[in-house]
Amino acid sequence: MSSPEPRWTLRGPNTGDRAYRVVLTGLALVLPLLILVLFAQLVVSALPAIAKFGPSFLWTSTWDPVAEVYGAAPMIFGTLASSFLALLIAIPLAVGVAIFLTEFAPRWLRQPVAFLVELLAAIPSVVYGLWGIFVLIPFLRAHVVPPLKAVLGWTPFFQGAFYGNSLLAGGIILAIMVVPYIAAVSREVLLAVPSSQREAALAMGATRWEAVRSAVLPYGRAGIIGAIILGLGRSLGETMAVTMVIGNRHDIGLSALQPAYTMAAAIANEFTEATTDMYLSALFEVGLILFIITVAVNALARLLIWRVARGAAVGSRAL
Amino acid sequence: MNRRLLITIGIAGALACAPPPPVAAQVRLNGAGATFPNIIYQNWILTYNQKFDNVEINYQSIGSGGGIRQFSEKTVDFGGSDAPMTDSAIAAIDGNVLHIPTVLGAVVATYNLPGLAQAVRFTPDVLADIFLGKITNWSDARLTSINPGVTLPNQDIIVVHRSDGSGTTYVWVDYLTKVSPEWARRVGRGTSVNWPVGLGGRGNEGVTATTRQTPGAIGYVELGYALINKMPVGVVRNKSGNWITPSLESVTAAAAGAMRDMGSDTDFRVSITDPSGAQAYPIASFTWLLVRKQYPDAAKSRELVTFVWWALTDGQAKAAGLGYAPLPAALRPWIQARLTTITAGGRPVWTGPSTR
Repeated sequence: MSSPEPRWTLRGPNTGDRAYRVVLTGLALVLPLLILVLFAQLVVSALPAIAKFGPSFLWTSTWDPVAEVYGAAPMIFGTLASSFLALLIAIPLAVGVAIFLTEFAPRWLRQPVAFLVELLAAIPSVVYGLWGIFVLIPFLRAHVVPPLKAVLGWTPFFQGAFYGNSLLAGGIILAIMVVPYIAAVSREVLLAVPSSQREAALAMGATRWEAVRSAVLPYGRAGIIGAIILGLGRSLGETMAVTMVIGNRHDIGLSALQPAYTMAAAIANEFTEATTDMYLSALFEVGLILFIITVAVNALARLLIWRVARGAAVGSRAL
Repeated sequence: MNRRLLITIGIAGALACAPPPPVAAQVRLNGAGATFPNIIYQNWILTYNQKFDNVEINYQSIGSGGGIRQFSEKTVDFGGSDAPMTDSAIAAIDGNVLHIPTVLGAVVATYNLPGLAQAVRFTPDVLADIFLGKITNWSDARLTSINPGVTLPNQDIIVVHRSDGSGTTYVWVDYLTKVSPEWARRVGRGTSVNWPVGLGGRGNEGVTATTRQTPGAIGYVELGYALINKMPVGVVRNKSGNWITPSLESVTAAAAGAMRDMGSDTDFRVSITDPSGAQAYPIASFTWLLVRKQYPDAAKSRELVTFVWWALTDGQAKAAGLGYAPLPAALRPWIQARLTTITAGGRPVWTGPSTR
């Protein structure tokens, strides 16, 4: 230690380093802080409605701005039901596309199809809404609903008159909107499955399909669940396209042919003309519920992935 | 730092330092509110600005609710609203507001009955019962009896209403509230209500799209919107018992008819739906500018009132071309009297049209 220190040795963090670190830490804290502030702001703004209606806000279904009586049950139901319907349609479609593109498609077809599927995500949602009104709904009315009612009309899910704007239309639009997300992420996940898995299954005498089912899919399970949750998150919050086709009716019904409402749509629709404080507060409470549901869904997804995958499989690290 | 960036900064700096164009004391007026009159307000502002370049006016169409809110919080100099402020809202700002009607709007029933050439007629109670869900078929006897010579199909009626809060909804349900005791009891009036039946469409265009796509649908849209889009509109029987086809003239006639009931000391916060007047279309309304009775800044408030008066006189000529019904000329002296009561620092800011 007697010799003079060379200029280039580490002398602990210098000022530049320290500033850099402080700035980065600050930036990293901004986002979590933003979420907390957002949550707090929602709670504060929703307080008058929470105080007036209590927990019954969650399960009553009157939404009457004239009498100032508010209940969010139809919107909560509509949000969950339309997203559920969307996933019901989108999961087989998107995962099927992903499997096809990674396992079965000829090489020259893979890139163009993947590109086109992902292009769906680039279409503005208002365009989906317009397409829904002018193309999808007339098509449903003419070609889909009559056979559907003929075959499944006895179930509670396809009863009542079909006016066009309905839970079914909303669910289909949402499905188309979330397919690119689920397909793109699932495809990445399946591409990351080591070919040794595939080869091992094939070596055991499995057919291509058996190899996919027994080796590839289980390996990528966590990643695919993650992809689905990503899609779910998108469909829960989607506003414009849904409000244009779902019928915007504060009603709870099992039938997919009936109009419904979602939380995001109600907020967007009613916010600008919410003239009284209680009305505004009720809308904030709807926003708060949407926020909590979204956070809960994401937390549940994390939990599911941890339990299913325990960090081993592909894709789980990314989520 | 590279050269391009330096040049960019240099130009930006030069622009920032450039002397402002030589104008006399620039006054800036900010307003916000109703979306319904936005087209004509922007047109007025543009025209006015070309004439008098010392005033810069800005109006943001954020909705009547937002307009009332911002006006009450004094973040804007004037507001715009399709629904008058309630007594409690006015009390909350110590009564410091004047409602100045600017133009008239009307709301019309539009429907989708393919192959029907004639306009369908509606009586007030039929209209109310359709929207209450009590008349559910186009071939209902109550509809066919008032539509002699029109073959109404045996088809379900599908009600389409606005899903977003709207002054259009307010006018429509205000009318239904007046003509139907049951509507008044079960639903009432507001910018959005608890609809007994029907589908919700977002905006005039949403209601129109849903109506056009759904056979048997009946919806309501602004008159100007229906005229521009050449939509079928319902004929409505007014208080005098006449069948009135909605038009800009019959809407102005509604305001003229309603003036008789108002009296010259009105605060203009009056609903003019279901007015008297032989040729009055009964589903019409003012849209209002909200201005303060007392302003802190004399120069600013003088320019504002001058602009408002210009809009109510010269500006009215623009209305018809843009799908709005002009105010009846007889209303002007009443509004002028109200505008002269506006003060800044205790002094009136505008004494009459000749001030400028």
